Amino acid sequence: MSLKILVGCKRVIDYAVKIRIRPDNKGVVTQGVKHSLNPFDEIAVEEAVRLKEKKLAKEILAVSIGPQAAQDTLRTALAMGCDKALHVNVDEKSAEILLPVQVSKILAKIAEQEKVDIVILGKQAIDDDCNATAQMTAAQLNWPQATNASKIESKDDKTVLVTREIDGGLEDIEYKLPVVISADLRLNEPRYATLPNIMKAKKKPIDKKTPSDLGVDITPKMEILSVQEPAKREAGTKVADVDELLTKLKEAGRI
Amino acid sequence: MMIKRCSLILANQLAKSNSSLSVLSGIRWNSTLLIADHTEETLSPLTLKTITAAKQLGNPITCMVAGPKVGPAVDILKKVDGVEKILTVENDSLKGWLPEVMTNIVMEAHKKNNYSHILTGASSVGKNFLPRLAALLDVSLISEIIGIKSPDTFVRTIYAGNALLELKALDPVKLITVRGTAFDASTIGSADCPVEAFAAETAKQPDNVKWIKSEITKSERPELTAASRVIAGGRGMKSGENFKMLYDLADKLNAAVGASRAAVDAGFVPNDLQVGQTGKIVAPELYIAIGISGAIQHLAGMKDSKTIVAINKDPDAPIFQVADLGLVADLFQAVPEINEKIDAYISK
Repeated sequence: MSLKILVGCKRVIDYAVKIRIRPDNKGVVTQGVKHSLNPFDEIAVEEAVRLKEKKLAKEILAVSIGPQAAQDTLRTALAMGCDKALHVNVDEKSAEILLPVQVSKILAKIAEQEKVDIVILGKQAIDDDCNATAQMTAAQLNWPQATNASKIESKDDKTVLVTREIDGGLEDIEYKLPVVISADLRLNEPRYATLPNIMKAKKKPIDKKTPSDLGVDITPKMEILSVQEPAKREAGTKVADVDELLTKLKEAGRI
Repeated sequence: MMIKRCSLILANQLAKSNSSLSVLSGIRWNSTLLIADHTEETLSPLTLKTITAAKQLGNPITCMVAGPKVGPAVDILKKVDGVEKILTVENDSLKGWLPEVMTNIVMEAHKKNNYSHILTGASSVGKNFLPRLAALLDVSLISEIIGIKSPDTFVRTIYAGNALLELKALDPVKLITVRGTAFDASTIGSADCPVEAFAAETAKQPDNVKWIKSEITKSERPELTAASRVIAGGRGMKSGENFKMLYDLADKLNAAVGASRAAVDAGFVPNDLQVGQTGKIVAPELYIAIGISGAIQHLAGMKDSKTIVAINKDPDAPIFQVADLGLVADLFQAVPEINEKIDAYISK
């Protein structure tokens, strides 16, 4: 089979980092903070690589949109098994207020230019928590969207059966290619890049473009008024045993 | 002459009042379309919360109920105060609420009526179709708002609930999903708002998407996001069978059962019970976390609960930093003991 896949790779603050709010209250501290490939994008990359290993796909293009450092993220994707990468360069300041609607236009343009058959993205980025880029990319391309995928099966070279995680359970939907898929947590377990593969990834090509090369306008569509810390919870108390717990809950009117 | 002058003045005044009318209608032009979240059997509680958010925008509210069967949801919705009109779209092409179909229908309604705000609850259906519509309208999506400061200024959480973002949306039309836990439910009163069938020409099954089936977890317990009490289990539960202890406790407290990601990944419970950044967001009166360490991603889904109880044998588990009441104990002793003793404490 000769399918081409595009995977989206966002560089975000590592999931385990406790974030800090910037003193100007317009964002969070990113300098000197550990960044990684967005966990949902890691799952998207893994799925694309598996489709290639099953000989269903021919080529995987990893795309990241952001400042120079986004290339580190692309190297990770290449080390996991992507064939080539494209970095769409957006300076740090613009990247902060770049929204899924603009990202989706960039991804859609690339998908068209590269004639890809499947776009796989993470279901959400763990920094902005928007959960919108996949849906929007599908809209820009006028393709169907298989969001929150927990299982992807190919029926033939034109059809995929996707199991989606929904409120209340699961649903199965069949899609004719081309399609945009967003990966949920349970789609797969991403592999670790081995040292030889990391070395090989250094030789793989990373192409560079800008949004204007692709004809996409990234004029801000939102203004950040403030970023603040949520209210802290009061420290609670430890109880000695079950009786004390139940007594306190009763006193509080919770049971 | 006199008559002529009078009519001239009259005409002038008419023109004036017309222009002030058009200014007025310019203000009145702001209007909200709210797409109801519902099953074929009933209206989702999330919709009542979304209506509360919509009321804060101060515009007249039209609700759309779209689906293969809309009657039961409409029967409830038309009694809710503050809703001016209900549009219904009943069509089999909406089986599974495919976003490809939903988007077209809402777009069609928007083209006819030019809404200033389009809202829906942040359910799996809402989160699926509204971003698609936003892209078609070339506007941003304002995801899972928890507060409304003005018709163009909203508050939402970022970084798994660890920061609050106040943003001003610069687009002419605001597309918003609403986090249910941040708004109280609108009350079902005795209103009887007009219901109008919307003949959506775009309600058609697409040829490249075929909905096959859904497997919905059946439960007698309250729905997780709407429950006033939630009992959640984590990796410490060790197996799916052990969740029976939590179901027993949940039944005594009329609570819903939730889980951490670890418990879902280990196959103890189905995925739709997951509470956290990427699962359900809950904010019940009482949240009891059992055998859950309290990772950032889990806290994102429950830290707005009124009272949090943690039962964990590790005294250093991060869950104790947010718990109002913490019990350091082996859950396999503590939970059966609670089950045994709780009847004496429950207020009848």
